[in-house]
Amino acid sequence: MSLTQQSPTSKVLTWADERFGAAKGLRVAMNKVFPDHWSFMLGEIALYSFIIILLSGTYLTLFFVPSMTEIVYNGSYVPLKGVKMTEAYASSLDISFDVRGGLLMRQIHHWAALFFVGAMSVHMLRVFFTGAFRKPRELNWVIGTVLLTLGIVEGFAGYSLPDDLLSGTGLRITQGIILATPVIGTWASSLLFGGEFPGTDFIPRLFTIHVLLVPGIILALVTVHMLLVVFHKHTQFPGPGRTNKNVVGYPLLPVYVAKAGGFFFIVFGITTLLAALVTINPIWMFGPYVPNAVSAGSQPDWYMGFLDGAVRLMPGIEVQIFGGTLGLNMLVPAMVIPGIMFTLLGLYPWIEAWASGDRSIHNLLDRPRNAPTRTALGVMALTFYVILWASGGNDLIATTFGLSINSITWTLRFGLFILPAIAFWVTKRICLSLQRRDREKLLHGRESGRIMRLPHGEFIEIHEPISDKEKAKLLSKVDITPLALPAAEDANGVALPQARKRRIQAKVSQWFYADNVPRPTAAELEEAEAHFAHLESGHHDRELESH
Amino acid sequence: MRFTAALRRNRLAAPLVMVAALVATGAAYAAIDSSTSAVQAAVTTETSVTQGKMLFAEGCSSCHGLNAEGTTDGPSLIGVGAAAVDFQVSSGRMPMATQGIQAPRKESIYSEEEIAALAAWVASLAPGPAIPTDEDINTAGANLAEGGEAFRVNCAQCHNFAGQGGALTGGKYAPNLNKATARQIYEAMLTGPQNMPIFSDETLPKEQKRAIIAYIEEMRNGANPGGLDLGKYGPVTEGLFAWTAGFLLLIVAAVWIGVKAK
Repeated sequence: MSLTQQSPTSKVLTWADERFGAAKGLRVAMNKVFPDHWSFMLGEIALYSFIIILLSGTYLTLFFVPSMTEIVYNGSYVPLKGVKMTEAYASSLDISFDVRGGLLMRQIHHWAALFFVGAMSVHMLRVFFTGAFRKPRELNWVIGTVLLTLGIVEGFAGYSLPDDLLSGTGLRITQGIILATPVIGTWASSLLFGGEFPGTDFIPRLFTIHVLLVPGIILALVTVHMLLVVFHKHTQFPGPGRTNKNVVGYPLLPVYVAKAGGFFFIVFGITTLLAALVTINPIWMFGPYVPNAVSAGSQPDWYMGFLDGAVRLMPGIEVQIFGGTLGLNMLVPAMVIPGIMFTLLGLYPWIEAWASGDRSIHNLLDRPRNAPTRTALGVMALTFYVILWASGGNDLIATTFGLSINSITWTLRFGLFILPAIAFWVTKRICLSLQRRDREKLLHGRESGRIMRLPHGEFIEIHEPISDKEKAKLLSKVDITPLALPAAEDANGVALPQARKRRIQAKVSQWFYADNVPRPTAAELEEAEAHFAHLESGHHDRELESH
Repeated sequence: MRFTAALRRNRLAAPLVMVAALVATGAAYAAIDSSTSAVQAAVTTETSVTQGKMLFAEGCSSCHGLNAEGTTDGPSLIGVGAAAVDFQVSSGRMPMATQGIQAPRKESIYSEEEIAALAAWVASLAPGPAIPTDEDINTAGANLAEGGEAFRVNCAQCHNFAGQGGALTGGKYAPNLNKATARQIYEAMLTGPQNMPIFSDETLPKEQKRAIIAYIEEMRNGANPGGLDLGKYGPVTEGLFAWTAGFLLLIVAAVWIGVKAK
């Protein structure tokens, strides 16, 4: 033990270091650099919402009774006094009216759930449109896709638990989807519900799934997701001094720990504020679930809305096959469509890598315009999603705008196929135009807005060179050369076995990258530099602005 | 003696006497007036039928026919009863501004007296459901819980869990019940206007109708323990709110945090 005086802080630190080797960890955290951009905070909103959900959910489990045993309500909400209901619903009412802080906690829990799935979705859009899913981060993208799916399942399980009229209606639809599964449908339904719907088994089972199974998996995956971010290091937007091999930003400790800690409280504060002011899921108005009652406008929470919309859009087609009924009216919208959507989402990193033939590591983000086909595909998928989403609210659109629900449904049915295609084309055009503008800026400078009259009477606009910062940003563009069509035969005239497959790959590659506007070459840039140098020396003549 | 003298000289004595006198006069007048009104009511029934016939000829006959026998533009009103007339006209649905899929609720253009006259004339053509009495729509002491159960089983599938209305096929809709008076709700159940089925007293006893009305009024006027109700439409408006107000706040905060370090 040294005799030198130690401050209390350093005593604590020494204590921790001698027992856990904390100094090494601290060193790592202080050396770890995190880049700055507001859109890198979107994932944090999801993480913090999840923590808020865990905290408020724990409080709710102290009072919720996951049981479908029927009792007579005798709590303090008068319009339901004396009504028969399950213990699950009665205890949810008790949480809302008789437990101190219960309603606020319920509302925090539910708003945070909407934000959780919302923030995950927006975060995912950011990752997609900036190309952050590329090598080496493909697996983290897949984990993200699984997390989003689990978040949706978890939310659905959560709002189905109170056994109110709305959640019961949702469960009835879910049972319909299960029944529509070919071959095993009836058995699966019987197994899950312990016999006929609704039975008495489902809510206790759903409770275990909601409070233990799914949150456990989410927690584990979130941990892996974040460890991989640390391992891969965070991506960054292109800018001066930023390369594929460095990270420009601030150290994790103390800057980002402070920022992130503060941001957690901001998210918690906003959620609590909304929960205190705005009603969400007023289960007392819905009444208890009874199979013979239903409310007009029964919709799921927003993240299930696209599925509800798909079911609403699908024509009622049933096929008699092998002596059984194949309920395409449920099977297609509730299983096939989301199955395809989430599979494509998860596989996208490999689809793009296959089309580009690009196997290099990417730590610098793409500007969305520099990947026009990807951006256009993203907007296309988003349009498809939003149309399904909108049709989930077709009845409210009808009553709000005084339209016929039938014509809305038919418009959206056609729109589902036409609008995404239009969205793809428009987005791609916009991206390519922006690329041309960037090229123009690099070669001819930006339009200054100053008009000059030349001695012989002609008017010209002065172009000025762009700043170095902007130049670095524009020059970050990476051009991908589409794969060339392979030869069908080798030098000896023997047909190549891989030719057909390669041909398809090359065609897709052409479709992805052929109309790219190339980044100016070094020679072109040099010429532009010389041009501006010439300008600055005062030679404003006619030739200069003829570009 | 001293006690009454003290009272007389009190500062409040004069105003108190004045108030007592006014109350006495008012009460006496009301008593005399109500005794004559019964006689008057009998007289007005006679005159209102003729007045109703005139009003009908002016405002309704172009579609329903001069004798309410119906035309290609409107159904026959023989036997619909006073309740149907009172519902349609007092809620402004009739007369329609234009022919359309459904008559919307609007300000009524007739006075209460005129509506009564129209109803009396239509009722005189053939028997039909009468206008519910004050007793019928008296919700005092009604069982809210029972009303809620009856509402969810019979009404919510079109009018939504809180009476906010909903879409029907082809542009038709179940209206929201925010402005419907107790009498109008009762009449609607009794006569089944437009797309609504009839809930006669046999299928839905008077007691339950009263309870339903009480429940609708509770949904409309009851406290909102959770704060702002977002229109009582369920998850659609909640989702809209989360994606607008909620995410606006969160993203503004994210931008603020992201920018601060520079």
